Amino acid sequence: MSATAVHSLWTMAGGVTSAAPVEKFKAPVIEYTQLAPVLIVIGVAVVGVLVEAFVPRRARYYTQVFLTVVALAAAFAAVVGLAAGGYGTTKAHIAAMGAIAIDGPTLFLQGTILLTSMVAVFTFAERRLDPASHGKHVDSFAAQAASVPGSDSEKAAVKAGFTTTEVFPLVLFSVAGMLVFPAANDLLTLFVALEVFSLPLYLLCAVARRKRLMSQEAAVKYFLLGAFSSAFLLFGIALLYGYAGSVSYAAIANVVDGSVTQIDPALADTMGNDALLLIGGAMVLTGLLFKVGAVPFHMWTPDVYQGAPTPVTGFMAAATKVAAFGALLRLLYVVLPGLAWDWRPVMWAVAIITMLGGAIVAITQTDIKRLLAYSSIAHAGFILAGVIATTPDGISSVLFYLGAYSFVTVGAFAVVTLVRDAGGEATHLSKWAGLGRRSPLVAAVFAVFLLAFAGIPLTSGFSGKFAVFKAAADGGAGGLVVVGVISSAIAAFFYIRVIVLMFFSEPKADGPTVAVPSPLTMTTIAVGVAVTLVLGLAPQYFLDLASQAGVFVR
Amino acid sequence: MNPVYYLYLAALLFTIGAAGVLIRRNAIVVFMCVELMLNACNLAFVTFSRMHGNLDGQIIAFFTMVVAAAEVVVGLAIIVSVFRSRHSASVDDASLMKL
Repeated sequence: MSATAVHSLWTMAGGVTSAAPVEKFKAPVIEYTQLAPVLIVIGVAVVGVLVEAFVPRRARYYTQVFLTVVALAAAFAAVVGLAAGGYGTTKAHIAAMGAIAIDGPTLFLQGTILLTSMVAVFTFAERRLDPASHGKHVDSFAAQAASVPGSDSEKAAVKAGFTTTEVFPLVLFSVAGMLVFPAANDLLTLFVALEVFSLPLYLLCAVARRKRLMSQEAAVKYFLLGAFSSAFLLFGIALLYGYAGSVSYAAIANVVDGSVTQIDPALADTMGNDALLLIGGAMVLTGLLFKVGAVPFHMWTPDVYQGAPTPVTGFMAAATKVAAFGALLRLLYVVLPGLAWDWRPVMWAVAIITMLGGAIVAITQTDIKRLLAYSSIAHAGFILAGVIATTPDGISSVLFYLGAYSFVTVGAFAVVTLVRDAGGEATHLSKWAGLGRRSPLVAAVFAVFLLAFAGIPLTSGFSGKFAVFKAAADGGAGGLVVVGVISSAIAAFFYIRVIVLMFFSEPKADGPTVAVPSPLTMTTIAVGVAVTLVLGLAPQYFLDLASQAGVFVR
Repeated sequence: MNPVYYLYLAALLFTIGAAGVLIRRNAIVVFMCVELMLNACNLAFVTFSRMHGNLDGQIIAFFTMVVAAAEVVVGLAIIVSVFRSRHSASVDDASLMKL
């Protein structure tokens, strides 16, 4: 393209273009009904912000909880409606002028994210665990996040019975970003969705009621590292744009495949330049692997999981992982399949060190939240094994694993909120000794979740692990399966150790108490146990659902 | 002038920003380095946009600016609240959870 032609794109001076009739502006075509899940969630989030401004303080909590649950339920109904309308299979297509892909994986992951967020929001709304302060029931969030910990203004806020009800709109904004993230069909949408779901999470990490210094520290670490990784993602996007001349997934994939032949010799430096593709692809993968918490981009995970308020940790651990793996799958299967020979060895290495690193470091942990954080790193490795399969089975097994894993995680963190002492949650493992003697039901429920994490048969963890390892073996990644089984065995050691600690050691005299939750947290835990057992005992229906959903549209 | 030089500049700025994030101790300065990285991305986008002769890159630069502004709002809120409770914005002091 000549220099004049390039300039005429944004100036009308001189040349041919000024004489030619101006093209009429074409309004974009947006399929609003197919975007309904996202639009409902983000619309109600905006309403939630208005509620903060206009509804009297005493009514805010009930209004927000009601709005949030209704929004998530309505969005889930919309996803089910779209799936029933065939948008997951026969009518799968690219919507919103190429920005969003409505297909099986999108709808499956959106449904999973919405359901897990709903049960996670129940733990956000829990108000019976903390002892009532000044006659008012309080939740896990600071009275006033802006007041300095230990200051007079904090005491005044606690005395006045303030609560941070802003967490509910923040969760909704975050969920909206997560719904778009696995559906994004161009790199710009990917980046914006990433930021939309990350920014509210940074804030949510900072607003714990107890251990506020730790919570703020977790937020600052998560924020700085998250911003650093998203800058890498963005520079990767810039390089891929330079490589292909477009940020649309299909256009990049065409250039990668070589189905677009070089048109303009002036672009020989950039278009189709493999250096740009390889560096850009690696940087985008770095950004996504940071979000899934894969080694060597996992350093934030234990600190953030430990410092954040436990309901937030549960939500973040489950929903972020689902959304980020969805985006990673789409990137690797839709944009970069032509580059599979280059990324597969890298992802092999990442999967192996993630599985082994997570499992081995978890053994040394003494805090239950850090232990679950390292366990989540190990699980990211198992899921990566399924991603590497590059077969249709690989997609469906990862979808199934994500569904199974997210409910176990939310349930396990909900149990962690129940075990308390005078300082709030008792997360040190020594405090959990003998829990099974004192509260057999809570310990038994937690044992079910730990067995599911370990992948013991009859739990959802076994079905999920079996599916991803089978897909990996069929996809020619047999070595990964061997490493996966070894690290599962290592991981089983520390899960079983916690179970032994709970059931076979004497309770201490000054041990923690187990708070009796309201029906909200009970629902969360009950749903977690139910999904764990159903997916463990009768997984076939859900495996079929995942394999029906496991086709990307391009 | 050959637009490729702008790409070299963008890569250089990005590297300076990344090195700053890793080296500097003050959370505010670390954050400014992240902003430098985002602006390096913007320069790369605009340069590629000029080279390819389409406007996608320039539009993306606008989106990046908006995202960066939102990030500033969230980031400064967090950093200021940490500073007020600890009287220090050093990232080395934030070590309650160190093993």
